[in-house]
Amino acid sequence: MKEKIRIASGQGFWGDLIEAPFYQVTRGEIDYLVMDYLAEVTMSILQKQKNKNPNLGYAKDIPDLMKRILPICKEKKIKVITNGGGVNPVACAKAVLQVAQTLGISGVKIGIVLEDDIKERIDEIISAGCELKNMETGDSIIEIKEKLLSANVYFGAFPIVEALQKGADIVITGRTTDTGLTLAPMIYEFGWEKNEYDLMSAGTIAGHILECGAQSTGGNFLGDWDSVPNFAEIGFPICEAFSNGEFIITKHEALGGKVTVETVSEQLLYEIGNPEEYITPDCVADFTSIKLKQSGENRVRVYAIKGKPETEFYKVSCSYADGFSASGSLTYSWPKALTKAKAADQILRKRLELLNLSFDEIRSEFVGYNSCHGPLAPEIDEDKINEIQLRVSVRSHDFASVERFGKELAPLILTGPPSVTGFAGGRPKPNEVVAYWPALMPKTLVQPKVEILEI
Amino acid sequence: MKIKLIDIAHGRSGDKGDAANIGIIAYDNNGFDMLQKYVTTEAVKKHFEGICFGEVERFELPNLKALNFLLHNTLGGGGTVSLKLDAQGKTLAVALLRMEIEVE
Repeated sequence: MKEKIRIASGQGFWGDLIEAPFYQVTRGEIDYLVMDYLAEVTMSILQKQKNKNPNLGYAKDIPDLMKRILPICKEKKIKVITNGGGVNPVACAKAVLQVAQTLGISGVKIGIVLEDDIKERIDEIISAGCELKNMETGDSIIEIKEKLLSANVYFGAFPIVEALQKGADIVITGRTTDTGLTLAPMIYEFGWEKNEYDLMSAGTIAGHILECGAQSTGGNFLGDWDSVPNFAEIGFPICEAFSNGEFIITKHEALGGKVTVETVSEQLLYEIGNPEEYITPDCVADFTSIKLKQSGENRVRVYAIKGKPETEFYKVSCSYADGFSASGSLTYSWPKALTKAKAADQILRKRLELLNLSFDEIRSEFVGYNSCHGPLAPEIDEDKINEIQLRVSVRSHDFASVERFGKELAPLILTGPPSVTGFAGGRPKPNEVVAYWPALMPKTLVQPKVEILEI
Repeated sequence: MKIKLIDIAHGRSGDKGDAANIGIIAYDNNGFDMLQKYVTTEAVKKHFEGICFGEVERFELPNLKALNFLLHNTLGGGGTVSLKLDAQGKTLAVALLRMEIEVE
């Protein structure tokens, strides 16, 4: 058993800094590279890609990235864990094997975690007595069953642990919790038991600090953000974990960013609800027990974490098609930019009304004035405002109304208030609105499955 | 004496469905005492009038000198349903830090 391992975060979402995982494996020593690619919206996008092509449905950045880092990981014995398999982890694993083959690398084992995708099992789950009721509204999933785009169970760390125990060098999963990616190597390396809830919680909280990439190392930092060095080459977080559950959050010295009690605290508070009950499939972690201490430059010690047993349920995230939306903008210049933008907005709304179009919502925002803080934005002196961007968005279950809205924006240039520009992108096109359906399901209704592919 | 929260605290905000989460962190213990005393559920609900249309929940994390708030029915439906430019409530932490408190 090891006493200490270094787990590095390489990605905070699909679309994050492409160089980050490359820096993590080349600019210092690490044992594990963990990458979170899945936001809720990502699953529905991937499902649509898979519907068009059964060989797609995973984060396509992964094979390109593996081409660059696989030889390095192989040489330095760095294991890679990611949930970027999306709705097609098998295809993702095969693409990575293809990369290994092209590079002439053999002796690579890829662990795949399966069975999180329950879209084809909904009827069976309903007959088993679980209606996957919406956690916010209490409605049964039967109401939206025909419109479902994706349905996935959030698995925790243990299926990944199983893959590591079977010798995987790379683990590719579908919908696994972001925190499970970091907790898993700790369980595997330190031999932690499932019922050691303080340890499960420690690894889970380490995962929460790592899951949004550089958000714990100075990125999006609201404290003295202008003191953060070298944003251009910002270092993503590294967790130096110890077998007793304590860990240190740090980064490679050669990279930018900074790790302080303040930068870590901001990330700890990100997207949490009740801090005493942070629920994952592995445990219920208590954020009010966490102690932080600056133990050196860019080193924060995290300790004293407490936790409780896991619940009997998995969280399920479903997405479904719920109408259409479109958004467009025009920019008005001084003088009286805001007055002109407001007048244009009224003209547009009158025209939409005259056309008898049907919308669930029309929203107008004045970028440069109140688009971020709405009614909290203080009054402005129009003489001092150089320009205002009018942004209008609509949402409707009637496709034709949304499409017609897209054709009503550009005419304002020749038929409304003056000194207007910024309509280069063409007519706004209707987008499908994807709504979420969060639910709970008894853990007994699904069993994760682990497979190993080898080259 | 009037104090603006941005002078005594920092923080971060994000989305949880249609709810926004706002965590604010005091720079020192004195600041945390003020947050605890003055930044009440009622004060936050009033501050976000016209933005937050649901319940406000408040949680204390003395270990981090922090408060966490959940503002329900705030993000215009959340996810891709929301038409807001800031559909994920990323700028709401600073919106809360605009608040002024009257301290003794």
